[in-house]
Amino acid sequence: MFRNARLLREAGVLGINDRNAEFIMRLNPRRFFPRVDDKALTKELAIKAGMPVPELYGSIASQAEVRHFPDIVADHDSFVVKPARGSGGDGIVVVTGRSKRKAASYRLANGLLITGTEIEHHISNIVGGQYSLSGNPDTALIEYCVQFDPLFADVSYQGVPDIRVIVYRGYPVMSMVRLPTRNSDGKANLHQGAVGAGIDLSTGRTLRGVLGNDVVDEHPDTGALISGLYIPQWDFILQASARSYEVTGLGYVGVDMVIDRSHGPMILEMNARPGLNIQIANGCGILRRVRRIDEIFDATADPVTRARVARQEFSAEMQGALALE
Amino acid sequence: MTTRYVLVLAGILTLIGLAMFVYKWQVLGLPLDDKQETPTWTVETTISFESGPGSISVNLQIPTLTPGFATLDEFSVSRNFAFGLNYVGADREAQWTVRRADGSQTLYYRIVVYEDPDNEQSDITPPLPIPPSINEPLRTAVEMIVADVSEHSADAASFTAVLLRQINTPSPNSNIELLLAEAGSKAAVVRQITTVLASARIPARIVHGIPLQDQQRQVQPVPWLEIHDGDRWRYFDPDTAIEGLPDRFLIWWRGSEPLVRVEGGSSVETNFAVQRNLIDSIAIAEHRADVRQSRLIDFSLFSLPIKTQAVYSVLLMIPIGALIITVMRNVIGIDTFGTFMPVLIALAFRETQLVAGIVMFTLLVSLGLSIRFLLERLRLLLVPRLSAVLIVVVLLMLVMSIITHQLGIEMGLSVALFPMVIIAMTIERMSVLWEERGAGEAMRAGLGSMIVAIMAYLVMGMRWLEHLVFTFPELLLIVLAVVLLLGRYTGYRVSELKRFKALIATK
Repeated sequence: MFRNARLLREAGVLGINDRNAEFIMRLNPRRFFPRVDDKALTKELAIKAGMPVPELYGSIASQAEVRHFPDIVADHDSFVVKPARGSGGDGIVVVTGRSKRKAASYRLANGLLITGTEIEHHISNIVGGQYSLSGNPDTALIEYCVQFDPLFADVSYQGVPDIRVIVYRGYPVMSMVRLPTRNSDGKANLHQGAVGAGIDLSTGRTLRGVLGNDVVDEHPDTGALISGLYIPQWDFILQASARSYEVTGLGYVGVDMVIDRSHGPMILEMNARPGLNIQIANGCGILRRVRRIDEIFDATADPVTRARVARQEFSAEMQGALALE
Repeated sequence: MTTRYVLVLAGILTLIGLAMFVYKWQVLGLPLDDKQETPTWTVETTISFESGPGSISVNLQIPTLTPGFATLDEFSVSRNFAFGLNYVGADREAQWTVRRADGSQTLYYRIVVYEDPDNEQSDITPPLPIPPSINEPLRTAVEMIVADVSEHSADAASFTAVLLRQINTPSPNSNIELLLAEAGSKAAVVRQITTVLASARIPARIVHGIPLQDQQRQVQPVPWLEIHDGDRWRYFDPDTAIEGLPDRFLIWWRGSEPLVRVEGGSSVETNFAVQRNLIDSIAIAEHRADVRQSRLIDFSLFSLPIKTQAVYSVLLMIPIGALIITVMRNVIGIDTFGTFMPVLIALAFRETQLVAGIVMFTLLVSLGLSIRFLLERLRLLLVPRLSAVLIVVVLLMLVMSIITHQLGIEMGLSVALFPMVIIAMTIERMSVLWEERGAGEAMRAGLGSMIVAIMAYLVMGMRWLEHLVFTFPELLLIVLAVVLLLGRYTGYRVSELKRFKALIATK
């Protein structure tokens, strides 16, 4: 047991206690948390900073407003309902279309039909605070449903794959793509059963995947090879992520992005307590990269420079991580 | 940097906690073990007499200086009599007075003492005695005895020893025979010895004590000899000339005054009874702290009313439970519902007993969970739904109590001791987790909570630990220090060793 702990330490693997004490508490001032915990605020800040985000159709902040829901989505066939202060992807409903026969029925990403009343009940649960971090009343956001890039069609099962970039003091240090599976119910959260695949920061090419705590090479539902995909507009993704430092003021943040078929990369949300499984997906501990950033940190560097530095510093080969070959 | 502050703070807390603990344990003698009891002795003096026509006054010699013993308590039982304590020189007298009394009277004086080897208190150095004026022919005999014994001895102690040996030989010489001719009782013999010692200018006095043995109904005081060698008082057995006091010898009074003086009464009878008791060592320690004027014990839990004490004996275990939670969550990495819910469940287990508690808790949560799923179909708003779950939980508890009572299982009644708000919250959280993350995850967290609750129950249920924390609440400072240190524990959790196994394999 102690030997394993030592080996992990040598591999530079970040543990949850260390993350909480040394990264979140030190680098993420509590007062900035609302900027990422409240997705409505995140969206606002991101727009101000010129970062692309999915369009907000409307928000519902009280039980009385729930009945306005049909008006909000009247012009949209597909949309996403999510709690503004949700955690871990809980409470998100993705509607991809409407029933042809029943006007008030909506088709979910998994193909099921639900009625308007059911969605409204879900929204009132969100507003009541069922999914919020503290159980306080919350706001339900209704926004544009991302039409994901066909690149990922083979490696995701119903739902939107997203790209997570960990940004340390403004520098992207590690990244992965999260692919929904049948088990994850179309959601892209690793602990809900999605597959994660590390991304070589220098090239934007995917590495091996990880499912739960195990390494996998193929998508469990589609059977397609996960590794070796090149993420489009990789430079833009890294730059947008790096910009999160200025936007949120947080020194250790996970930026979640999606690639829309027509709008390109967009920021979905940010996380002040990003999970640690990204290390498994990359087959590499994060601590060594973090220390490297501490060495070369330059407070005057702009996001574009920081993204470039990250590409130079962190290639999969240099890190000796799980390369494909 | 912060780590250093935490280390220093934890060090200070540990130091304070340990210092107070050691002081209370070693100096005040608070017991580490709750079974530790100190024997105490209750000595009761009974004075019975026939009252005369006039006013009555009874004086009883009572213990003052008692080497080897400390007084815990003393009191008198006497109907109609006024009771008071008089200090006569270094000695004490109990005095009962009444203007008129009819028939036979009985007075009681009772003292409770415990053995205290530290108690060596003795009174001041006496002046050299004036040679007593003795009438002839005894005077010549005493002078000859003194001259004879002086020849064979070097100092006061050896003089006494030689004198006692001469007196106790089977065939004493004529001088000693003359000396003891009129001494009827043993006390009288010792009194004569003190006369001889006074003639040799050795301060000496007779000591009357009660040998304490397990249980005695009729005890008479035993006379003993006490001499002062110019430095300290020394005791001699008048029969064997051996120096020292017998084991457990409670010195009742000194000097040649009678034990009891009754004015206005007749047919006086005095009797001693001895009873051995075991008293909680804590009572002794409290008394000792009182004597030492230590404020520490005044602020201890023992000064609180008994009912409050009972509450605190449970409450003080909560930090221990919190410590368990901290270790289980941050070092081991077990998921639980809520942070301190397992501690509350563990507290409930204390009342219900473990197995019954687990069975009832599981039953209650699973029943509540199924009803929660039924409620889900009604599409209720969050707060009304939580309230509905709470009401259902209360009803379920009621039904369980009634059914188990009817079946004759009294254990079921204790279900009411579960904190139902906690159960309702558990059900709610579990059902949300169930829907969002699947049954597996919900079961895992439920099981984790249960395991941690059981662990907390087992540790919090340790009798010795409960006693220790209750007697020495300052130990909680050490618990606090440990928790602070755990707060800076940035190592891996045990669960993470498994989680990141893939990363080890690649190395």
